[in-house]
Amino acid sequence: MHQTFDAVLEQNLLHANQDGADCNRAQFDAWGITCFNVMSSPGAGKTALLGATLAELSEAHRIAVIEGDMTTQLDADRLRRCGVPVIAINTGRSCHLDSKMVAGGIHQLSHETEPENLDIVFVENVGNLVCPAEFEVGEHAKVALLSVTEGEDKPLKYPVMFREADCLLVTKVDLAPYVDVDLDVIEANIRQINPNVCVIPISAKTKAGMETWLNWIRSRLRTAPVETPLAESPAAST
Amino acid sequence: MTKALILTVKDWWEEQDPPPEIEKVHLIVGQFTCVEPVSLQFAFDVQTRDTFLDGVKLEIAEKPLIAYCAHCQAEYRPEIGLQYACPTCGRPMEEIRSGRELKIDRIECRVPSAPS
Repeated sequence: MHQTFDAVLEQNLLHANQDGADCNRAQFDAWGITCFNVMSSPGAGKTALLGATLAELSEAHRIAVIEGDMTTQLDADRLRRCGVPVIAINTGRSCHLDSKMVAGGIHQLSHETEPENLDIVFVENVGNLVCPAEFEVGEHAKVALLSVTEGEDKPLKYPVMFREADCLLVTKVDLAPYVDVDLDVIEANIRQINPNVCVIPISAKTKAGMETWLNWIRSRLRTAPVETPLAESPAAST
Repeated sequence: MTKALILTVKDWWEEQDPPPEIEKVHLIVGQFTCVEPVSLQFAFDVQTRDTFLDGVKLEIAEKPLIAYCAHCQAEYRPEIGLQYACPTCGRPMEEIRSGRELKIDRIECRVPSAPS
């Protein structure tokens, strides 16, 4: 027989990631940048939405994108065509971005741009409705996308992502009539889990809902420009 | 997540003088997290092979999802995947009282045998 002893740790598993995320956020704050972490399942339309968003916002605001992709540069190349700096992070076999990878992205950003001149950084996470919800990267707000083609029940099946989101974009609404989906049911399912989230039905193709989304972004900017005071923003259902 | 677990234990282990022989790691995992205990157990066993944690047991205690309805002033257990609103009044899930835990509770170590 041998004796054992217990060491009580009570340490959160995500402690190290959280420290890194706080550090990233402090860096963004020092540069006056607002960071949005954009998350969804693969194919929900993150890149298309960001493309449409950059086209609308990049005249008034200086924007960069940190693009997480498991192995390719495809999404990064698509967004570079919008004329903004894009830092690509290949996560390899990892199915989400963590704060350390994004810290690497921030470092690269500081070499390739003048970050103190930026207003917004969009972090496009790896397509996955599960893990990214648990790993903060230093964002000021979490944006989750759910496309109408994924079905009404997804918020119930992947509740952590929808619980954590500050803004929920129901994408591809132009397809809703063809896929027998009820937008009210989607919203009700989301609100069961996260009653205070801002839900915006949107289409990057038809631009439906685009202005509401842009206003939501503007309302979240840490250094809101004079022409878009907080009082005018969003008409979204909250 | 397995990586986060191993690194956290490693950080603690390296701080000890002398580093003790670890027998078991006790983990608390809430049901309202993105961690599946069976998968974590498997990944832990595989990823610790030939490391200082080789052969160490991972004991996972699950915590149920418990929400609190301020209107009914009562706790309830949402049915994950089906129903999160309060079963009594139908109001949405506002406060989560348990189920978001993801922590290392304690580490069981072997007491070094006294030199004979």
